[in-house]
Amino acid sequence: MAENKIVIQHLSLQYFDGTESLRDISMSIVANAITVLFGPAGGGKSTLLRCLNRLNDLTEMKTLAGRILLDGENILDPQTDVIALRRRVGMVFARPVVLPLTIRGNLTYGLELADEKRKSRLDEAVERSLRQSALWDEVKARLDDPAIALSGGQQQRLCLARVLALQPDVILLDEPTSGLDPLSTGKVEASLQELKKDYTVVLVPHSVQQAARTSDYAAFFLQGELVEYAPGTEIFTNPKNKRTEDYVEGRFG
Amino acid sequence: MKINRTFTQRLGFSLLTLVALFTVIPILGVIIYIIAQGAPAVSWEFLSGFPHDGMRQGGILPAIVGTFYLTLGTAFFSVPLGIAAAIYLAEYAKENWLTRLIRIAIINLAGIPSVVYGLFGLGLFVIFLKFGTSLLAASLTLSIMTLPVIISASEEALRAVPQAFRTVSISLGGTRWQTIRRIVLPQALPGILTGVILGLERAAGETAPILFTGAAFFLPRLPHSPFDATMALPYHLFVISTQVSEMPFKIQYGTALVLIVFVLSMNLIATFIRSRARAKRQW
Repeated sequence: MAENKIVIQHLSLQYFDGTESLRDISMSIVANAITVLFGPAGGGKSTLLRCLNRLNDLTEMKTLAGRILLDGENILDPQTDVIALRRRVGMVFARPVVLPLTIRGNLTYGLELADEKRKSRLDEAVERSLRQSALWDEVKARLDDPAIALSGGQQQRLCLARVLALQPDVILLDEPTSGLDPLSTGKVEASLQELKKDYTVVLVPHSVQQAARTSDYAAFFLQGELVEYAPGTEIFTNPKNKRTEDYVEGRFG
Repeated sequence: MKINRTFTQRLGFSLLTLVALFTVIPILGVIIYIIAQGAPAVSWEFLSGFPHDGMRQGGILPAIVGTFYLTLGTAFFSVPLGIAAAIYLAEYAKENWLTRLIRIAIINLAGIPSVVYGLFGLGLFVIFLKFGTSLLAASLTLSIMTLPVIISASEEALRAVPQAFRTVSISLGGTRWQTIRRIVLPQALPGILTGVILGLERAAGETAPILFTGAAFFLPRLPHSPFDATMALPYHLFVISTQVSEMPFKIQYGTALVLIVFVLSMNLIATFIRSRARAKRQW
């Protein structure tokens, strides 16, 4: 039986400027699976994603209510160590943002922040994370080059590797392939299928097609509301809600 | 009609070019004139000797060293303070009445005439804090004058670093300070340095703020401690140009030349840092 990694209970959020908000969201995210949050823009997918590692702290909120349990602990609790949380719950952003460091420097950055200085550990993390994101063969000869010299697709896989280097429990991806060509997109999606063996993956896809291709579970968000949540095989072939059906079949978007 | 319009356009362009060229003429004129008049005076003895015969003979070493010390002293106080304030404003401060007040203060600080700084320094540092007419009091006065330049330039440089770097660093478990120290500051450093040098350059060339706070009319020795008064190039230039009778022309221009070389070489360093950083920048 699948284990619930994250349990979201009655989560409501409103940003101060009145933009995207969440209304009474309750759902469970299963470990070692890919859960896809999809729906039209402004539906609250990214907001929910950013709550899962408290990156939403960076934006001023008007209201925040409810609980998010990660392995049973409420991460929205003010007592939560957000630094430790963000190491456990990594995030890959829509636009690949490599830090102005070398390729190696990008990968070891998170570990160095946590005071890891042993070279053997850092080297091990560099190689492991690059292999996991299918980038090792392309960059192993030039680890000390500036990361900015990589192509867009390589940069995004480096961003994924950078998260993996921290060996998190959960990986959040916010439209990670929106700026990539089909070939690079394929590589990222293939990596995700490998990664779910070891990690819990939550993905905001950049299209319904990608949602259908990658998801084990899929949640359809519309204007801050969770409309339908079901295994991917069901929601894309036999949606129960009319609004989900309309969206999946492309009647609005 | 067509010929007329082309002609008007040509005339317009020519006029604008001419006006733009006019901005170059004064600076070139000043430099060429000062080099022509001052170069004959500049010798090793002029740079390394003490003035004598009522400053009509000899060198200007105490003034050169004094200006150097004043610049260092100003940097000592204004650079750490200015950068710290900029980090607070750019990275930590929320937009509220307090930050608005700070910003208004900075803008107004930059608008105060330099002689007023001099008077303020006299009151606060020389008399009230009993530092006397000294390197210390003059450096502190120049620091207050330089602060707004350093703060504004540094804040701008910090804000120019893409927000995405900060978000990424924090998402990888970085604290705000780790993010600033490891990513933001190194990226902003060239911009900060440029601002610092331009601010110090202005301080090095100022006369009024040191007039009552630290500058000596004539001293036959170099300052030994921060509590000594000192000679300084701009004030020395003022003195030998207005206060000493039968002053040889070429010594005045030689002094002006040394001052301008001092200040312009700082400018050159700033330009060099900036252009190198632009070439290396990764965003």
